[in-house]
Amino acid sequence: MNDEGRLWEVFTQSKQGAPHEHAGNVHAADAEMALQNARDVYSRRGEAVSIWVVPSDQIFATSPSDEGPFFDPSNNKAYRHPQFYSVPKGVRGI
Amino acid sequence: MTNILDKNIQNALFNYILGLGDDRLILGHRLSEWCGHAHILEEDIALGNIGLDLIGQASAYLSLAAEVENKNRTEDDLAYFRNEYEFKNFQLVEQPNIDFAYTIVRQFFFDVYEGIFLEELAKSKFEQMAGIAKKSIKENIYHTRHSRNWILRLGDGTEESHVKTQTAINDLWKFTGEIFSENENDNILINENFAPDLKPLKSKWNEIIKSVLNEATLEMPENIGFSSGSRSGIHTEHLGHLLAEMQIVARSFPGAKW
Repeated sequence: MNDEGRLWEVFTQSKQGAPHEHAGNVHAADAEMALQNARDVYSRRGEAVSIWVVPSDQIFATSPSDEGPFFDPSNNKAYRHPQFYSVPKGVRGI
Repeated sequence: MTNILDKNIQNALFNYILGLGDDRLILGHRLSEWCGHAHILEEDIALGNIGLDLIGQASAYLSLAAEVENKNRTEDDLAYFRNEYEFKNFQLVEQPNIDFAYTIVRQFFFDVYEGIFLEELAKSKFEQMAGIAKKSIKENIYHTRHSRNWILRLGDGTEESHVKTQTAINDLWKFTGEIFSENENDNILINENFAPDLKPLKSKWNEIIKSVLNEATLEMPENIGFSSGSRSGIHTEHLGHLLAEMQIVARSFPGAKW
């Protein structure tokens, strides 16, 4: 933690039912202030209906060197992809 | 509505709405002075944001005041072409920023007052004024949350933040008496149910301030030597400097558009 406070990742939901999406990050001393700052930085024109803040150091992420082992193998096996079905008419959101 | 009002009431209403507009214009301008100076970007945006809300409210009150006055003046005429003694804002809101603690304490005192006041003003028989009050309630809840959160953290934070906040409270306390005072002008409107009676509201304000200061480990000062007179144009030395800066562009280039 430095003078600017802890770093928090901000997730905003644009409408009810929609997923919370990563918007960016803010500095704040605690969770309540992080929510307040997130509201001012990412939703002051009414862009969100809900906000999550998560301490940045609590997020565990893959590193660039994981790219090969983590993500490559899934691309070269056609049977992993459900591409042999035709999607019925009227099904949306896929 | 305004052209069927009795002359006395019309005049009282004009002065009253002008006061409401001036409070928010001057406080909004004070907050705008933080632009680019806050300790973190996030707070810079928050203060600017609250300032803009207040200036938006000021704009609504001042255009209504101009309409009530009915002398062909606009909200801009009222904001930029009146002198210090014609401004009716509380002395509290013209006090300089000095440091972050002063800014937050000034804001907290005003926000709590505003929360209690708006609820009553929203019941005014003068519908246009009640309408502006209703619209500002949500904004005020957010502003109060911001200033209250900071009071708690500054008071119960480090020794330095505690001392600075207590100093600001002690220095600004003398300006909190007049926000619940009533003059002749107010009484005319209270009788007509146009303006709320402020006397019963003071104790509510005291209670909220006391409980938050207690929680923040801060002391409530004693009630001695309140300063007053702002609604009749009596101000501290700080307002003139603020107006000089706020009005210079409009006065140097009258009628300019951008």
